[in-house]
Amino acid sequence: MKDFAGAQTVIEAKGVGLVFQTDDGPVQALKDISLTIGRGEFVSFIGPSGCGKTTFLRTIAALEHPTEGTLTVNGMTPDQARQARAYGYVFQAAGLYPWRTIAGNVQLPLEIMGFSRAERAERVRRVLDLVDLGGFGKKFPWQLSGGMQQRASIARALAFDADILLMDEPFGALDEIVRDRLNEELLRLWAATSKTIGFVTHSIPEAVYLSTKIVVMSPRPGRITDVIESTLPRERPLDIRDSAEFLAIAHRVREGLRAGHAYD
Amino acid sequence: MKSVLPILTVVLAIVVLWYGATVGLNAQWTRDQAARAGVEVGFSDILRDTLSQTRPKLPAPHQVVAELWQSTWMEEVYGRRGIVQTGSLSNRSLIYHGWVTLSATMLGFAFGTGLGILLAIGIVHSKAMDMSFMPWAIASQTVPILAIAPMVIVVLASIGIKGLIPKAIIAAYLSFFPVLVGMVKGFRAPDTMQLDLLKTYNASRAGTFWRLRLPSSVPYLFASLKVGIAAALVGTIVGELPAGASAGLGARLLSGSYYGQTIQIWAALLAAATLAAGLVMIVGVIERAVLGRMGMRA
Repeated sequence: MKDFAGAQTVIEAKGVGLVFQTDDGPVQALKDISLTIGRGEFVSFIGPSGCGKTTFLRTIAALEHPTEGTLTVNGMTPDQARQARAYGYVFQAAGLYPWRTIAGNVQLPLEIMGFSRAERAERVRRVLDLVDLGGFGKKFPWQLSGGMQQRASIARALAFDADILLMDEPFGALDEIVRDRLNEELLRLWAATSKTIGFVTHSIPEAVYLSTKIVVMSPRPGRITDVIESTLPRERPLDIRDSAEFLAIAHRVREGLRAGHAYD
Repeated sequence: MKSVLPILTVVLAIVVLWYGATVGLNAQWTRDQAARAGVEVGFSDILRDTLSQTRPKLPAPHQVVAELWQSTWMEEVYGRRGIVQTGSLSNRSLIYHGWVTLSATMLGFAFGTGLGILLAIGIVHSKAMDMSFMPWAIASQTVPILAIAPMVIVVLASIGIKGLIPKAIIAAYLSFFPVLVGMVKGFRAPDTMQLDLLKTYNASRAGTFWRLRLPSSVPYLFASLKVGIAAALVGTIVGELPAGASAGLGARLLSGSYYGQTIQIWAALLAAATLAAGLVMIVGVIERAVLGRMGMRA
């Protein structure tokens, strides 16, 4: 077990609330979210649909703005952090541009951020190797499987070396076999790059397998019901999922979900 | 090859119907002439006569084809005023008139497309423009072009602008609209996720436009261009109809109707239709090449 208590704080939420104004009146999407995420942590947000896990990730990314409380990213407001390009964001769908090759897609943020041509080529090569897609740079997205496309989108988020990686159910649309493999790869990648990762999922095994910290959330209004510090070692072979320790943590996640009436 | 058979079937059906209609519509004239001359006519006489009148109500397909041949190849190669004899296109040939119409169409189309794209960029990026301009653009298309065309010609002629430009303006007036509507939709085609992605890179509006909105709009652009180029041709021909135009397919249609030359009218109509089909096909070929290169299959 690795202790992150003393680590430098990267993301800090204090009493964050978010109310959406909709045509049917106000909807409380987030209520009183307080959470601290330290450097190098792998934090999963788990909960049923409508629990605000994606919304919270989006507030960290400044794609939504809290209506209450304070939220800081790297000591800045989320908007400042976005402008400082503090994080890479991976969406549910790969969202690769069909008119660009894989390499062209990965270098998209680099073009926007004004990296030189040589630097772009070097970084594209490096991150494609990192996600095991070396040699696929000249292919177009439709020539790749769904899992490979999602890996390319992760490479795209890694290309500009932000220290935070926010992932919104990145493997949600993939089958379980591909998902297992990508989970293993993601852990390897996390170990290699020592990034801080925020990861939204609705799979209990995925959350337990990947995380150093699991944030259990429940809906109406979206709130945190439990925060679990994982006791699993950093090195995690796939068969760790059959260990008693793993099952105990999974059990606690399930308890947290039940406490939040997630199963009602 | 598989696509040829259905097309030929339709063409054949049209030709059969056309011949039937020719006999039916022209028979009255044949019977009137016979009655005046006091002779009896049988069915075979009617058939022969209706298909070879000099000023039929409806010319037969072979008459139109013969006229097309006469007023293109024969006129230019063997005619006294043809390109072979004089070095310049004959003003009696459809090639000459087609070229006059085509050049105004292309100028108007280029102008209309440019205008449509620029307005679409403005509408997508400015809420005020979106609210204020779109109703006017729609209203502009509800005014009958036949009513506006003579005024445009007359007003521009009075300030000394004649020939190509007024026709091109009418063509542009008709062709900017499909491009505008298509490109507004095209520029708005990227979904929230793709826009959010660029937001996480802190991309500027210009960056978002060049890297996302513009490439996303390309399929919409070509769909609009196909409608727009046909509309530009219609606009040009309408612009040639008001008295004064002496050249162009529209002028040819008008002079044909002055002198009751139905065969000439139909030949000009067919030439215009062929021109329109050719232009749309050229846009289609470019579309396939561009989308193929962009990794999007048309």
